[in-house]
Amino acid sequence: MDRQLLIFAAICYLAAVIRTIVSFRARIFRRSRFVFLTIVLGFLLQTAFLFLRGHALGSCPITNLFEVLVFLAWSIALIYVLIGTTYRLSLMGAFTAPLVFLLQVAALLAPIDIPRASPIAPNPWLEFHASISIVAYGAFALACVAGAMYLVQERQLKTHQLHSIFYHLPPLPNLFSAMTRLLWFGFILYSAGLISGFFVNEPLPWTKIVLAIAIWILYGAILQGRYLRWMAPRRIATLCVIAFAVALSLLWSIEFVGHRA
Amino acid sequence: MNFFCFGLNHRTAPIAARERFVGHTRSKALLRDLGCREVLLLTTCNRVEIYAAADASIASEEIAQSLRIDGGTSTKNDLEAFYRKENAECARHLFRVAAGLDSMVVGETEILGQAKRAYAEAHASGNAGPLLHRLCQRAFRAAKQVRSKTQITRGPVSVGSVAVDLAEKIFGDLRGRKVLVLGAGETSEKTLRALASRGVSDLRVSNRTPARAEELASELEGIAVPFATWLEQCREIDILISSTAAETHLLTPRLLVPILRDRTDRPLFIIDIAVPRDVAPEVNDFDGVYLYDIDSLREIASESRELRRQQLAAAEAIIEEHVADFQKHLGLSQSGTRSTKECPTRVSGELRTSEL
Repeated sequence: MDRQLLIFAAICYLAAVIRTIVSFRARIFRRSRFVFLTIVLGFLLQTAFLFLRGHALGSCPITNLFEVLVFLAWSIALIYVLIGTTYRLSLMGAFTAPLVFLLQVAALLAPIDIPRASPIAPNPWLEFHASISIVAYGAFALACVAGAMYLVQERQLKTHQLHSIFYHLPPLPNLFSAMTRLLWFGFILYSAGLISGFFVNEPLPWTKIVLAIAIWILYGAILQGRYLRWMAPRRIATLCVIAFAVALSLLWSIEFVGHRA
Repeated sequence: MNFFCFGLNHRTAPIAARERFVGHTRSKALLRDLGCREVLLLTTCNRVEIYAAADASIASEEIAQSLRIDGGTSTKNDLEAFYRKENAECARHLFRVAAGLDSMVVGETEILGQAKRAYAEAHASGNAGPLLHRLCQRAFRAAKQVRSKTQITRGPVSVGSVAVDLAEKIFGDLRGRKVLVLGAGETSEKTLRALASRGVSDLRVSNRTPARAEELASELEGIAVPFATWLEQCREIDILISSTAAETHLLTPRLLVPILRDRTDRPLFIIDIAVPRDVAPEVNDFDGVYLYDIDSLREIASESRELRRQQLAAAEAIIEEHVADFQKHLGLSQSGTRSTKECPTRVSGELRTSEL
């Protein structure tokens, strides 16, 4: 039952992706709430899944890689729903939907939904640490999406090849400002997650600690570079995309290796 | 009661003819005497058109004469420039006009606002009765649908509007942005005016001939700066419009590097209108520098025009749907319910707008 909810959520995200592809091919982008509404529906279905799974487990449903990916996709959708309505960045949904869809499909198709052999004793610090860190990842994912939009728009301006998407994408400063806020939002949450990790009171693998601190330093350096004007906005946007790809692959490897071990 | 449209536009008459038939204060009284029960006058710089409803047919010569401002007698030659469209043809024409399909620049949206103002004026002065009300409301709906369902209004079609669109994507809000015009010329002046219309208020003009710089600066409420300081100005400005007659590149990567060091996070938009070019093309390779020459701007404008042309068939189909529906709707209402009490008995109000 719970997996069916996720399949329906994936179908919603797929609908948003198809709508985006059709618009790209037709070179026609119309003001429409279709993408926003499909993401909201997908988000609600994911919420229902997480509720049911959490109820069954008796704890926050992030006990294996499958749940972590679903929780991450849910966090991205959540932040998009909040940001999408607050900043009114047009086409952000079109760029977010493929990312959420891919995470959702990866979670569903990969053989990673394996229950833990030994149930973990309830530990509020551990749950807080894990959940807040994944929500921070959601913010970093949205910063990556804003960065990708910035790079697409910047590329068009540089090469003078204006696709019809050009007229619908937000101006560069709006994307840069959204990117900065999302970086801050993610960084603050991630810092809170990192600090709470020290209160977990359980032995954690040192690789996990080192990599978690490395990601914190990476994002800290990007923010530092932005405020000290070391880099042009295009480079910050590129770093946002690279940093999230790195963070996501590290998350995968940490969880996957940890789970196998 | 029939309704009709009578007028001339940029395709049927040159400006010398259009300005003779632009309408005057007595036009309304003359039209009233001719038997028009409802009248709307749409005057822009590209067209002069009367939309009217009357019980009996009115001779075209008499309507043309009512619009004539010099009191002269219209010749057969003058009358050939006019077109007259009755009932469904009239509706089709107004729907096309409101949607911008009949404009000089296809898909321009200013005409819709002008038509709305003309109707509002006619309505307020009691000249628009139920028939024109339905006709205009339907025209506005059709225009809105054409705008939302097709890409006919999409993209800038002139060098000035391309520059404005690009600047808005690079800077977001243009208010408070600083522009420097190097050299002077018609295109750079038009571009500057287009930017000023979107809120750019800090305008600086620099020219090898200081008097010319002063002249343009005073016209545009900007300031003239000495030509020797133009490169230093590049540290402060956001947009550079260059159109000098220099035979070699004025701005090269070597000159720009020290300036860019101070503006890592501030983009620089360079519009090089000069031929031969004032700015070395390699300048575009720097982060945060967006260089467009006249060919790139023209190409973007031409692509937009082509896109609009491709959308014409879809727009015409929407118009036809509305014409058919309007005819049907009018047929039903003509069968009995139209009240003659609502029809105006007096023609007044002068309507002048400026479709550009």
